[in-house]
Amino acid sequence: MFLKLTPTTGQPLYLQLMQQIRHAAETGALKDGDQLPGIRTLAEELLVSPNTVVKAYSELEHEGLLELRHGSGAFVCVKRRTRSLADQMQDARRRIRDLIERLRDDGLLEEEIRRAFEAELLYPAEVVRKR
Amino acid sequence: MTNDNVIVTQALRKFYGTMEAVRGLHLSVGRNRITAFLGRNGAGKSTTIKMLLGMVRPSAGTGTVLGKQITDAEENRELRRRVAYVAEDKPLYGYMTVEQTIRFVRSFYCDWRADIEKRLLQDYELPLHRKVNTLSKGMRTKLSLLLAFARCPELMIVDEPSEGLDPVAIEHLLQALVARSAEGVSVFFSSHRIAEVERVADQVCILEKGRLLVDASMDELRQFYRRIDLVFSSLPPECEFQISGVERIQTSGRQMCVFASSNADAVIQRAHEWNAVSVEVAPVGLREIFLKTVEGN
Repeated sequence: MFLKLTPTTGQPLYLQLMQQIRHAAETGALKDGDQLPGIRTLAEELLVSPNTVVKAYSELEHEGLLELRHGSGAFVCVKRRTRSLADQMQDARRRIRDLIERLRDDGLLEEEIRRAFEAELLYPAEVVRKR
Repeated sequence: MTNDNVIVTQALRKFYGTMEAVRGLHLSVGRNRITAFLGRNGAGKSTTIKMLLGMVRPSAGTGTVLGKQITDAEENRELRRRVAYVAEDKPLYGYMTVEQTIRFVRSFYCDWRADIEKRLLQDYELPLHRKVNTLSKGMRTKLSLLLAFARCPELMIVDEPSEGLDPVAIEHLLQALVARSAEGVSVFFSSHRIAEVERVADQVCILEKGRLLVDASMDELRQFYRRIDLVFSSLPPECEFQISGVERIQTSGRQMCVFASSNADAVIQRAHEWNAVSVEVAPVGLREIFLKTVEGN
């Protein structure tokens, strides 16, 4: 599995790590029973604090996506829910692709679309609901 | 909380003549964490570190390292046995060879790790038989790091570890830091290299003119620091945006740029109340946080 963290974005590294592992499970890159690297190994590989990996792993354990076996590492457990999430993700991507296509037709540039997406994503959810 | 902290200082002060290098510093550094100590040249970082290790006597205030009083000579000796320290100026004996230096330093410590010594010698490609005074600056740094990393301390205090190192050596350095941290060593390091701090640190302390301006986890910084660019058809008064969490406001024409350490949603709300034409929120990297904090002071 290839993980890539971006230290400069406005999202904690452990969340980025969680998302990428979740994504890998949803797309099938990680299968049920697969073993993830140990905390130290992954921290050294990504050059992040071991606490970042510990936090991501334990949150994912809490979600039920990982099983931490003491001394032997972290194992993936993919349930049915994750499958349907994979379909949901594919559907979401299709809709986003359509939307971007329409924005391009309206004459918006790549960079402008990107900025609009990023700005909207950074809006806190309550503010969006009130608007 | 004292048990969870490896370093605690209370109102620590240091005068050099009339110059106040450290001005009432309250610092706490958590156990099992990687804490970065940032600040401009002359901000007081090295003076603080030297006070922690009993090398400089505080003018006022107190502090503990691993629960030991830093101003008590006996306790300070005890704590230094449990702390590995890499000094800013990397002092070494020039007439010794690399091998002699390692053998010499090793003899002082019972917590020496031969496996780490071997691995770092390989990583750093240090020439065993060269005299220290013929080494380049980067090589001296590597040797100093090796001497600290090859011990098995509870706490590592590293002043400017990346000085003179090339990118490959920095990579090795960060790997060694992470590896020791995974073994349960607490790390406190000062650095000017924002990009490496941003990756590897759990906690960031920013010192400016002897005062602590920021003490936050990298997670908090990523999550809450925002830059909000606003455009209005007519600019509202700045005071309308001076709400809690807003650190700086800059205006130019009909544009306003708000730099917030928290509470970005309140700023956005306020912007809508003033009918902002455009609202753009962007995360702020550590580099910008550092510059804005230090310049704004």
